Amino acid sequence: MTPAEILDSLFPAGHAVTAEIDLLFGRGMLESGTVHVIGATGRAPIGIDQAIRLSAAVLEITSIDDAAPILFLVDTASQRMSRRDELLGLSEYLAHLAKSLLLAEARGHRTIGLLYGGSAAGAFIATALACGTLVALPGAHPEVMDLPSMARVTKLPIPVLEEKAKATPVFAPGLDNLVRVGGIAEVWDAGRSLSEQLTALLATPRAGDDRATFGSAQHGRTKAAAVASEILAVAGR
Amino acid sequence: MEILHFDIAAPTSAGGTRAMALVGVVASGNLEVLVERSDAPDRCAIEISTAAHGFRDLWTAVAEDFVARRAAGGLRIAINDGGARPDTVSLRLAQGVRMIEEPEA
Amino acid sequence: MSNTRQSWYEAGARERIAALVDPASFAEFIGPERREISPHLSIFDLPTQFDDGIVVGCGAIGGTPVFVAAQEGRFMGGAVGEVHGAKLTGLLRAAKAVARDVVIAFDTGGVRLQEANAGEIAIAEIMRGVVEARMAGVRVVGLIGGRAGCYGGGGLIAGCCSTLIVSEQGRISVTGPEVIETNKGVEEFDSRDRSFVWRTMGGKHRTLIGGADVFVEDDTMAFRDATRAALARAPKLDGNTLAAEQARLERRITRFGEASDATDIWQLLGIDDPWAIPDMPATGFATLADTYRERADDAR
Repeated sequence: MTPAEILDSLFPAGHAVTAEIDLLFGRGMLESGTVHVIGATGRAPIGIDQAIRLSAAVLEITSIDDAAPILFLVDTASQRMSRRDELLGLSEYLAHLAKSLLLAEARGHRTIGLLYGGSAAGAFIATALACGTLVALPGAHPEVMDLPSMARVTKLPIPVLEEKAKATPVFAPGLDNLVRVGGIAEVWDAGRSLSEQLTALLATPRAGDDRATFGSAQHGRTKAAAVASEILAVAGR
Repeated sequence: MEILHFDIAAPTSAGGTRAMALVGVVASGNLEVLVERSDAPDRCAIEISTAAHGFRDLWTAVAEDFVARRAAGGLRIAINDGGARPDTVSLRLAQGVRMIEEPEA
Repeated sequence: MSNTRQSWYEAGARERIAALVDPASFAEFIGPERREISPHLSIFDLPTQFDDGIVVGCGAIGGTPVFVAAQEGRFMGGAVGEVHGAKLTGLLRAAKAVARDVVIAFDTGGVRLQEANAGEIAIAEIMRGVVEARMAGVRVVGLIGGRAGCYGGGGLIAGCCSTLIVSEQGRISVTGPEVIETNKGVEEFDSRDRSFVWRTMGGKHRTLIGGADVFVEDDTMAFRDATRAALARAPKLDGNTLAAEQARLERRITRFGEASDATDIWQLLGIDDPWAIPDMPATGFATLADTYRERADDAR
């Protein structure tokens, strides 16, 4: 689906979303009220210029005391790989974007990431994975690292990696694998009204960061939830 | 990974009261050695996990030499090997025993 | 206590913790004797480490109780896997629960490739843990000066900390030099030009542009002293902090966005001889940096 199709299906009552090159800013109307919309689209990499523009929008929303949810449409490449971005401290810009989303959430704006295309590595962490709830559309294809690069680093041929990937969701790219490790809460049905699916999601309260529990239930991450809870129990005494 | 087990008669028991000692790190050419106490003061149990397959004879020699020369009785030792040479293995084993015998902080 | 200087760069995770905390004050959580190893490395026939490359626990610094975590940069480049990440996540959640400050000694190449999906989400969970703890009034101090630097997701976690203490060796970036070169070509980034890499990503540059707060010598006691000072600063992460950070990072692009080399930025900061910076000893550099550098202070 294109961003326009997604927005039409999400907000049949109307939306005012404008594009600045590959970024989206605006709002949509649900029966339950307004939803702030931001987006990183076009499978473009996220560099300092994109990150700072997105965080500005998030912080502006945060300063409005309307407690309206933020929907973040995501279809990106990885972080921008360049001398300039690293020279100017891309890690700070990406972290700042993530912090802004977390602050917005703490201020009562539910943050929903909607992954409808690609996303990878640091860009994925600072956008989709920094939202309180991450959902995806079928066909989304998150990846931490592509198999050819992984083959280079592990010195294993791609067919060998593909074979290993059948036994575990823990390393290979792809939506199903990210769901199984607990990174994506729901995969929506593109054939149904997205508006209804978003409304239903917003009606369900979010219970903290439950990604590890979710990943454990699906045998994608068997240890994370138990290890983190044990440390919390021992250290939190 | 290849897993090797040794359970060797140890003439001398390890001293000290520490429950555990850890030396080394799993990196190329290095290894980590975790030393703990066992219930058998006259035995030394060693378990090795290594990615370098087919070196059982070499490990046997290093383990037997270690137990013969150090106070290794009553210890169980677990090794994660990153492809260390025998002299590095001997050094880490000696460091591990020394550390578990140190007075408790 | 010996008077000989101990290199932070050369030290392992456990030695760093021993140098940071008060003698005999450290207690580890899920220590190596528990053998809580990565369940995934065996798929690749790779050796595991009993602590999965991170030591977490509680101790005291100058009598004040703190939580401490240290990554082991020599084990798989300090990369974050499922167990490694979960230990840090649990520690940060505990910090929020009992309102206790956290010190993190970073030494990481980022997400561990062999368990990339688990590591990626772990980074997101850790960042959330840092931010939620900070919003509850906890300080999270990051120390960077190890072999592996602080790359990838590690750089993003560092960007969430309240204070960053670095040495010259403390490289911070998202994409590593080799990966930029592989993807964009040697003209864009020559990963083998060591001095170029260090002046672009190293501790001196990060200090000068405000990416790090405190510059110290490659010495465990210097890290310890700077940590004590950082733990005395007022904790704060709220809307004002992020508004100030937004302004700070926007200003950085305005001021330095056209620069093509770190030395251009240092010149713009007013430093007369930017090419002398790389060889400058730590104390001399710290003094000079204090005069010219951008600061994050309450904008991080």
